Amino acid sequence: MSKRIDVTDLNVYYGDFKAVEDVSLTVEPRTVMAFIGPSGCGKSTMLRTLNRMHEVIPNAYVEGSVKLDGDDLYGPGVDPVRVRRQVGMVFQRPNPFPTMSVADNVLAGVKLNNKRISTSKSKELLENSLRAANLWHEVKDRLDRPASGLSGGQQQRLCIARALAVQPEVILMDEPCSALDPISTLAIEDLIGELKESYTVVIVTHNMQQAARVSDMTAFFNLSAQDKPGRLIEIGTTDKVFSNPDRKATEDYISGRFG
Amino acid sequence: MATLTRATSASLTSGRLPSWVTGLLLSVAILGSATFFLAVGSPGLLRILFTGALIFASVMMVASLAVEGRRRAKDRLSGIVVTSAFVLALLPLISLVLSVVRYGSQRFDLQFFIYSMRSVVGEGGGAAHAITGTLWVTGLATVISVPIGILAAIYLVEYGTGPLARSITFFVDVMTGIPSIVAGLFAYSVFVLIFGPGTESGLAGAVALSVLMMPVVVRSTEELLRVVPNELREAAYALGVPKWLTVLKVVLPTALAGIVTGVMLAVARVIGETAPLLIAAGFTQSLNNNPLSGPMMTLPVFVYRSYVDQGSPASAYLERAWAGALTLILIVMILNLAGRLVAARFAPKSGR
Repeated sequence: MSKRIDVTDLNVYYGDFKAVEDVSLTVEPRTVMAFIGPSGCGKSTMLRTLNRMHEVIPNAYVEGSVKLDGDDLYGPGVDPVRVRRQVGMVFQRPNPFPTMSVADNVLAGVKLNNKRISTSKSKELLENSLRAANLWHEVKDRLDRPASGLSGGQQQRLCIARALAVQPEVILMDEPCSALDPISTLAIEDLIGELKESYTVVIVTHNMQQAARVSDMTAFFNLSAQDKPGRLIEIGTTDKVFSNPDRKATEDYISGRFG
Repeated sequence: MATLTRATSASLTSGRLPSWVTGLLLSVAILGSATFFLAVGSPGLLRILFTGALIFASVMMVASLAVEGRRRAKDRLSGIVVTSAFVLALLPLISLVLSVVRYGSQRFDLQFFIYSMRSVVGEGGGAAHAITGTLWVTGLATVISVPIGILAAIYLVEYGTGPLARSITFFVDVMTGIPSIVAGLFAYSVFVLIFGPGTESGLAGAVALSVLMMPVVVRSTEELLRVVPNELREAAYALGVPKWLTVLKVVLPTALAGIVTGVMLAVARVIGETAPLLIAAGFTQSLNNNPLSGPMMTLPVFVYRSYVDQGSPASAYLERAWAGALTLILIVMILNLAGRLVAARFAPKSGR
């Protein structure tokens, strides 16, 4: 598991509005890539193009290519549903399905797709996914209780377990800790460290310390003015970007002089 | 820096009428007005209550103004106005339910539920034919309009964009305003055109009712689907779930409780329709369990016919009409209760 992502000359549009311009970057397998930058610079949009979730918004489209181990996600005949089974996503706000129990939430990817799965297999998948999300010990006694009874941090880890249960190659996280308290945030950051053993992880964050803690590579996005497209300003190893950035804008943003 | 002079005293406490004053003043006001009207010699419940309420409101205002100050007095006044409006709105409902129960219970017996009016003249007989007819016609109308209505709402919320969706919304709005008699004439003429003149059937009645029911179902379902958070749809898409399965297994279950309530309200809205059924389903004295042919009696039409076409003794016919009305209200109440139970069963659980 875990695949390499190659983005080449990517432009993203919402109708007439160009949201992201001319981005090229590579995410190596089994690494964590962090997208940082001020609000509105297109980092969430960029993240969503990696599993075609931006298409949920009407009139959104891209130019350029996104390749997953050489397979173009935007090639002819590519089914976005199949893309999303390989590239899982965790959202900013925990969003477990309110009508389902904890166990059903984890198995949602299987159950919602009407796939048959034997009871022993599903038990195994349930336990493995919850263990991988560091949640098993907290919820193993209330698997059939509604998921909305969990705390915010637990719900977010439940959403990660739900994404893992589909057995993706890549995990995308869109500010996964911004709605959580410091302790839950720490739990998720530890989890990201474990996830990169077997997945490619791309995380969007507003928290620079978090980017520095969890990521191997960092990409800094910025926009020159309001209503202008966001651009990739600098990309490099996290150490380099945080300690010795090439560009003035990166240094200003990281040292808190703007943004 | 200029200092502002305090307009009010710096004290944090203010006078407060004790809570028993409200009850005391109210009973004194009502008693006072009752004594006055009895003394004058023209007692009447409504005028006693009305005058009592007026006295209570003004005395309460004065007392509050004296003890508590302007702001609280205004608060008291608005409280009294809002409460009286509520009581006023409730009065017709209470009066209606009381009289239907009082007059309806006289013939609310077993015979009423197992006999039809076939060869019954005068006393006796029952509304078995009308009850089964109402269940048939309303049930068929539900079967016709609920799937179409829910599917149309799903189209509008999940798929529809552009002129088609806009025109559907527009025509649903137009349908909401169709007078029920027009729906009846429409269904009647459709069946006459297909099956020849004079065709009356339960199915025609059901078609007429479904014309009235459909826009209600579309509207309520649409509103409920729109409040399902987009995050849930995105969560399902991100798991690689296709759109149709997302709608079927995530969006619909989340909104199900509300949809059920909406359908129940739509049923309650049409079950009492008289005019379209009078035209499309006709009326009869006998039990008819075949909605495809022959006129079918329904409860509203039964009530109406018993009242307009009184035989002798008239009291027997009027009592049956009241009993029919009571049955109709009970059916609506049972449906509402069942709807609430179903809604509670399917509602998303909080888990705390």
